[in-house]
Amino acid sequence: MDLASLLQFAISGLTVGATYGLTALGFTIIFNTTGVINFAQGEFVMLGGMMSVFAMRALGLPEPAAVALAVTATVIVGALVERLAIRPVSGRPAMDLVIITIGVSILARGLAMLVWGKDTFALPPFSGDTPLPFLGAALMPQSLWVLAISLGLLAGLKYFFSATLTGKAMLACSFDAKAASLVGIGVRRMVLLSFMISAFVGAVGGAILAPLTMTSYDVGVLLGLKGFAACILGGLGNPFGAAVGGLILGVLESLGAGLVSSAYKDALAFVILLALLFVRPQGLFGKPESKRV
Amino acid sequence: MKFARLIALALLALVLAAGCSKESETLKIGAVLSVTGPASFLGEPEKNTLMMLQDEINAKGGVDGRKLEIIVYDDESDVNKCVMAAKKLLEQDKVAAVIGPSISGNTLAIMKSFSQAQVPLVSCAASEKIISPVDPWVFNTPQLDRHAVLKILQDFKKKGYSKVAILTVSDGYGQSGRAVLQELIPAQGMTLAADEVYGPKDTDMTAQLTKIKAAGPDAIVCWGTNPGPAVVARNRVQLGIDTPLYMSHGVASKKFIELAGDAAQGIVLPAGRLALIDQVPDNHPQKAVLVAYRDMYAKKYNAPVSTFGGYAWDGLQLVLNAVKAGKSALPKDIRDNLEKTKDFAATTGLYTYSPANHNGLDESAFVMVVIDKGDWKVAE
Repeated sequence: MDLASLLQFAISGLTVGATYGLTALGFTIIFNTTGVINFAQGEFVMLGGMMSVFAMRALGLPEPAAVALAVTATVIVGALVERLAIRPVSGRPAMDLVIITIGVSILARGLAMLVWGKDTFALPPFSGDTPLPFLGAALMPQSLWVLAISLGLLAGLKYFFSATLTGKAMLACSFDAKAASLVGIGVRRMVLLSFMISAFVGAVGGAILAPLTMTSYDVGVLLGLKGFAACILGGLGNPFGAAVGGLILGVLESLGAGLVSSAYKDALAFVILLALLFVRPQGLFGKPESKRV
Repeated sequence: MKFARLIALALLALVLAAGCSKESETLKIGAVLSVTGPASFLGEPEKNTLMMLQDEINAKGGVDGRKLEIIVYDDESDVNKCVMAAKKLLEQDKVAAVIGPSISGNTLAIMKSFSQAQVPLVSCAASEKIISPVDPWVFNTPQLDRHAVLKILQDFKKKGYSKVAILTVSDGYGQSGRAVLQELIPAQGMTLAADEVYGPKDTDMTAQLTKIKAAGPDAIVCWGTNPGPAVVARNRVQLGIDTPLYMSHGVASKKFIELAGDAAQGIVLPAGRLALIDQVPDNHPQKAVLVAYRDMYAKKYNAPVSTFGGYAWDGLQLVLNAVKAGKSALPKDIRDNLEKTKDFAATTGLYTYSPANHNGLDESAFVMVVIDKGDWKVAE
């Protein structure tokens, strides 16, 4: 296997991995505030992509405006999900809320299918589709967009959670909601905010991916699954771990398809994930769980 | 008293006779199709086509003076509902022949009951298992994967390609295509340079294509239905691979060209003539029936015809042709005369059934087309 091929596997792995990473980031944000895994995260990604496509087609908007509109609309959807599905049952065990998010995801997928049909749609690439030659491998301009925007979002979130008061307040809610409200944090507001931010991250991901991978009403299922796997791989609750977990998963799949067998690429990636979890149950970057007695 | 009984008997006889004569005036054909559910893209145009033909044929005086009645049941793409519907058609409705089901799995599930009931079944599903080994009572109308592969390989021979790489999707459609490709490529004296697979939901096939590129084939065959092949087409251009790319008939739709965009340029694939009616020469035996089907469908439903609706059209016309040829609507006679069908021009191709061949088509049911500037062009 020559170097150019290996590089090509790495590039396509990183691009696909960035998509898993972005979904994983969304999981992390809501988990960090509420302790809930939001299984409707993949649906946010789907909405970002599908609404961009339809804002361009039906409303005739130029691409940047269409993407902005789709992202805004998805953030509103995120807020509605929190207000209508999560808040009325707040205080219930996290497992109940997780099941509710699964219901939300099925509903969102069904509605998207009714409104936009079962077809697949493509979004034009942001800056042309002439591949850039890179040491014998081909690099798509859109891949650069995806990687750059993912890194930007990651840096922004890192800053938000570790350096801003609101971000720290959100973290506080996940540790102990009651204690957080006692020190004057509006827990409900923080939960609402976390849903809006993760809808934002998901929608941006959906819109920047649509030109590369195309989009349809059901892309959220697999992305949600892979994104969740990436979260676990990187260590649940760690934004950096989520992003890196996604990239690793993507590269593993791509190398598996290229070097071993394309028929077993999904299986291969998940076998490695399982093996890792046997050795490090807390994930690559997670802190081991300890209980104080 | 005796007189009254005689009259009663006479009346009864009259009623029975009237009933009988009415019975023989109607030709009952059944259909079990996936009108709703995941396979509704097959079943819906099939049902529309049958209903349209029923009205059209009855308006013109029926079949040899008999009124045509088509009883359609929807199996909701579900195998259990299909079995129930088939039972109902055979036992209650007592139909002379059945068109459908839309999908292979359902066809395989009900085939046996048709040979037991001795009623002919003309399936709209393409699996080779339906007609091989031949069940005397079961026929099908779609082109087989084998015909599409043969058509592609004939094109390779003409162009002198001998090293072939294949990239197939890991679902039923792709795996059936893969098996035929694996069998026919060596059989036609070519070598299989690479055999790669992708998942139906995969969004990036660069790893597989990079591997194929390294194998240095003369041509690549991709076997799948949308959206996978469109991703393959895009990735191929992105990787700068200039090896010719061939697709299966599964993407012979405008949707594929839309999804693949500029990357569709130059891709070659086998397509049925229904997809390119305007480019079929006027003297081709199928031309008249293709135009008739398209115009009739457009008038009635204001929608374009689909290949799948064509399978139902062909199934019904083949059965009606057998009824007319044998001047009999008995299930056994229909079966015998179906088997004698020769060069019958329908929407999918020219059907010639025989006791050993219950598909009736060959690779000539396909035309090789090349995608040029966002449209199909016959590549002869």
